[in-house]
Amino acid sequence: MSAQLRNFTGSRVFWPVVILVGLIIVDVIAFPGFLDITVKEGHLFGAPIDILRNGAPTLLIAVGMTLVIATRGIDLSVGSIAAISGAVVSALLLNSPTPDNPWTVVQAVGIALILGFILGVWNGTLVAYLKIQPIIATLILMTAGRGVAMLITEGQILTLHSKPFEWFGSGFIAGFPVAVVIAAVVLILTMLVVRRSALGMFIESVGINPEASRQAGIRSRGLLLGIYAFCALLAALAGLIITSDQTAADANNTGLFIELDAILAVVIGGTSLMGGRFSLIGTLVGVLVIQTLVTTVYIVGIPPVATMVFKAIVVIAVSLLQSPTTNEKFANWRKDRRRPTPTKAIEPTREKVSA
Amino acid sequence: MKKYAAIAAFGAAALTLAGCSSDGGTDGATDGATAAAGETEAAAAGDAGDMVVGFAQVGAESGWRTANTNDIQRAFSDAGIELKFSDAQQKQENQIKAIRSYIQQGVDIISFSPVVETGWDAVLNEAKAAGIPVILTDRSVDSEDDSLYESFLGSDFVLEGNKAGEWVVNEYADADSVKIIQLEGTTGAAPAIDRAEGFIDIIGADPKFEIVASQTGDFTRAGGKEVTEALLKSNPDVDLIYAHNDDMGLGAIEAIEAAGLEPGVDIKIVTVDAVHDGMQALADGKINFIVECSPLLGDQLVEIATAVYNGETVDKRIVTEETTFTQDEAIAALPERAY
Repeated sequence: MSAQLRNFTGSRVFWPVVILVGLIIVDVIAFPGFLDITVKEGHLFGAPIDILRNGAPTLLIAVGMTLVIATRGIDLSVGSIAAISGAVVSALLLNSPTPDNPWTVVQAVGIALILGFILGVWNGTLVAYLKIQPIIATLILMTAGRGVAMLITEGQILTLHSKPFEWFGSGFIAGFPVAVVIAAVVLILTMLVVRRSALGMFIESVGINPEASRQAGIRSRGLLLGIYAFCALLAALAGLIITSDQTAADANNTGLFIELDAILAVVIGGTSLMGGRFSLIGTLVGVLVIQTLVTTVYIVGIPPVATMVFKAIVVIAVSLLQSPTTNEKFANWRKDRRRPTPTKAIEPTREKVSA
Repeated sequence: MKKYAAIAAFGAAALTLAGCSSDGGTDGATDGATAAAGETEAAAAGDAGDMVVGFAQVGAESGWRTANTNDIQRAFSDAGIELKFSDAQQKQENQIKAIRSYIQQGVDIISFSPVVETGWDAVLNEAKAAGIPVILTDRSVDSEDDSLYESFLGSDFVLEGNKAGEWVVNEYADADSVKIIQLEGTTGAAPAIDRAEGFIDIIGADPKFEIVASQTGDFTRAGGKEVTEALLKSNPDVDLIYAHNDDMGLGAIEAIEAAGLEPGVDIKIVTVDAVHDGMQALADGKINFIVECSPLLGDQLVEIATAVYNGETVDKRIVTEETTFTQDEAIAALPERAY
């Protein structure tokens, strides 16, 4: 038990979890009913449920982003892909004579997801086959994609009236919001696939040394293509949830800056931007930290002008706590303090050890 | 889209070159630009007929803005005046580039709706040096030197806040205490600052009105929904939501419905803007009152531009003609709304 505990405190997820718990404690102090979950009209209702539901799109994107980052890549286009998918589904439903027919909605959703997948294949082709740096390759779609979404919506906010489609954003399965169920299923399936097969190891090896893994017989190009396509598919799914949630396609704001939130969540979760080792559970914790932070701002009533500074302070705290360098310094400092005042004889020995 | 901007900029440069090579000087540049634009020459009629106006729009970020764009384009085309139009995609740098290109083309009047309040002195001085008068629309600039522009045509956001506050005071004349949540616009944006100020000026006089929470929803539906959702948990006994635009109010409606309450009844909603979706919600009784912030200022802009072109003096500050809507007025007005 104590070994497990030591394992946990030593892991990279430890400090983000501490911050998450800290934020929740702050919320409970500011508003004692914060953790209350009640059943309202047959479904769960409460602030923690809101955090899960609002965090679901970010989690979906962050799952894809974790794998992309593990290959030493990055995908900046996810927000634009989310906007395109929302715009496409809205345009299809608005032009359909039967927007309330579940089959129409299934078709529209299917087309949007396939389109998202194709955009991912485009990203993957640029990165894997044309060898364009991922940050540049995906920047193309990040900039152009929002323009495409604007063209589809003609610059308007398209309001949707389709009951079956609204189910994505505001429906419930067994009391849980649909968005949360979708995100949970995607997270669990992805974890199973990458950890129960060799796929996870392939991804890490491509991220650590692409050339060595190619020589070891891993088809890195196909793998990269697949991962970018998967990430874009999840981004399209997230776009559908966001669009359904606000019952409108807003090409300007759907998924705006969500790529940054997702990257931040991945990094908070302990996956290095240098590629290689990744942690999907860490990403989940990262998303929860970010979303709880947003809710904390509202609950505590931090004035809007100070919001950004408050968020920045929390993010800096997480990053510092996680950094191996600061941890080492901190450990040394504690050792120094615990040690009885060192005599002159001990001093040189310690310096030798640290050198 | 950046590519288009680049092509446009290149085109503008080419036009200027053409102008210079034909006659030289600013007049030549104007001729070159007009000739290149083609058939507009046919529209030359009346004393404003040969006037060329360059308009640098903020972008197409909302239904409101699109209505604004369409109305300006319609008004100038009705008046037979050539309008050069550019879209800055919510970026100040793009807008500055567009204004510079209008200066190079030697248009007669420049008009724009500033993305942000500050940082305009340099480019406005260039326009002044070139002798091109500038008319601001919709949003103002924050500059010490008000000789940099001829006139500012737009809504008075403080007045809009006042109107919202006055309705609240009347509506709750008999109540003992009123708890209010305010959904602010983008932090630092002029409409957000002024609408908050105008509102508090009116309701602040009576201590029974209490703003229990005020957070930014960034003028978006998603923002309005997320903020309302969280604030309803910590302030379940709130009576009224004041949103700085319709979109945030629409987001609040969804959050209220998700909490099992009835928007417009259990919690009343006051918003500003009067875009189509907001008016529909008002007609459905989900919003209780909307203060109009009209985007339809094309005709007024044509009038001012013509006056400035003919050397008449115009007022530094001209307020757009605007009204307010109750539920019945919304039902009556909806079929004829242009946006």
